[in-house]
Amino acid sequence: MGLAKRIIPCLDVDNGRVVKGVKFLDIRDAGDPVEIARRYDEQGADEITFLDITASHEGRDTMVHTVEKMASQVFIPLTVGGGIRKLEDIRTMLNAGADKVSINTAAVFNPEFVGEAAAKFGSQCIVVAIDAKKVSAAGEPGRWEIFTHGGRKPTGLDAVEWAKKMVGFGAGEILLTSMDRDGTKNGFDLDVTRAISDAVAVPVIASGGVGNLQHLAEGVTIGKADAVLAASIFHFGEYTVQQAKQFMAAQGIEMRLD
Amino acid sequence: MSATTVAVIDYGMGNLHSAAKALETVAPGAKVIVTADADKILSADRVVFPGVGAIRDCMGEILRLGLDQVVREAAQSRPLLGICVGMQSLMTRSEENGGVDCLNMFAGQVKFFGDNLHDARGEKLKVPHMGWNQVQQIRPHPLWKNIADGSRFYFVHSYYIQLEDETLMTGRCEYGVPFTAALGRENVFAVQFHPEKSQKAGLTLLKNFMEWDGQA
Repeated sequence: MGLAKRIIPCLDVDNGRVVKGVKFLDIRDAGDPVEIARRYDEQGADEITFLDITASHEGRDTMVHTVEKMASQVFIPLTVGGGIRKLEDIRTMLNAGADKVSINTAAVFNPEFVGEAAAKFGSQCIVVAIDAKKVSAAGEPGRWEIFTHGGRKPTGLDAVEWAKKMVGFGAGEILLTSMDRDGTKNGFDLDVTRAISDAVAVPVIASGGVGNLQHLAEGVTIGKADAVLAASIFHFGEYTVQQAKQFMAAQGIEMRLD
Repeated sequence: MSATTVAVIDYGMGNLHSAAKALETVAPGAKVIVTADADKILSADRVVFPGVGAIRDCMGEILRLGLDQVVREAAQSRPLLGICVGMQSLMTRSEENGGVDCLNMFAGQVKFFGDNLHDARGEKLKVPHMGWNQVQQIRPHPLWKNIADGSRFYFVHSYYIQLEDETLMTGRCEYGVPFTAALGRENVFAVQFHPEKSQKAGLTLLKNFMEWDGQA
């Protein structure tokens, strides 16, 4: 008996459509984020994350409608990330039905924004996304830096210190993505996950690199993550969320199976 | 039977979209209104009192909008469901924000989980308590109908309720410490978790609320 670890499927959404493709055997149009969220909900997803990668202003309005539609049909928590830069952006997404927003680049350029957001809307809805890349050489103690712009721009900020700083400003949760592992299917960077999870009092979501179910389990057992986020292993029907939860539960991890 | 009306009290604290949509989903014939208007709230058949964020801001808005009297009156006369900070604000006092007086409709305190919380195995626990945890049904109640004892609900909070009269507890949860996940007295029921975000178990509870005659 206790709090369950969470599995969070993540969808990249561009102009109201899921990109990178999601393939379910029994749905024809696999580009509709709401339809896909419903499927994951049926499979037992504990939360859903929409990452808005839309560049245009019109696309942003589309995202708001997508969030509204999702929140009208799927009754599990929804986090929206991407392009959250102003308090107004947060208000819009929360009013549309999002439960949390994820702040990334805006936090790096203006850390006080996280403080303002937490004071205004409460820490419970402020997730700070951290994109970390290993900068220490082999054999040295692990050191990771924050990168922006999809992992291309170094900031010189130490990832563990940054996570502590963000929590100090009021972040209620940390979404940690390893830029070294993202897209590799080699598993999470367990060292940085563990380092940050040990360093902060708030929940940490591990992200980047999941290729199989063992990776998900290790994120929790070795990385000490409170939740694991994955995209492609679910999108292409390799595994259902339910299979992942049963696999993790069989390893003694507390999961929501009902 | 004429359609039941449910008022979701809107005092600007957080998103009520999901709560309203969840109520519409479980009670398709019902009229769901989201409002801060005292007359509309008090003419509804049942009332939902939600809330997220910091207690000082919540209480500040409740008092500014005169909703304290509305909540008290609603609690006298019709089914009332408090959710999360809505539940906490029914208590005597919260220690959040340096200490804030609440509505004192239920004698008890709202306490911080603390920075040094551990589970039974000694593992350090994160605060906020965020995610799906099991709720033990302490006593039978119409709102638990068709919900298995020990079902998981979605929680997100750093403060928890300690009732003076623990016989009012209807559901218990544990996170480092045992705490009141649900309470009930006559026509009032309140939950620390978010039924509108708790998938099947949560929707069932909301459906039960929409069908509840207020008798416990």
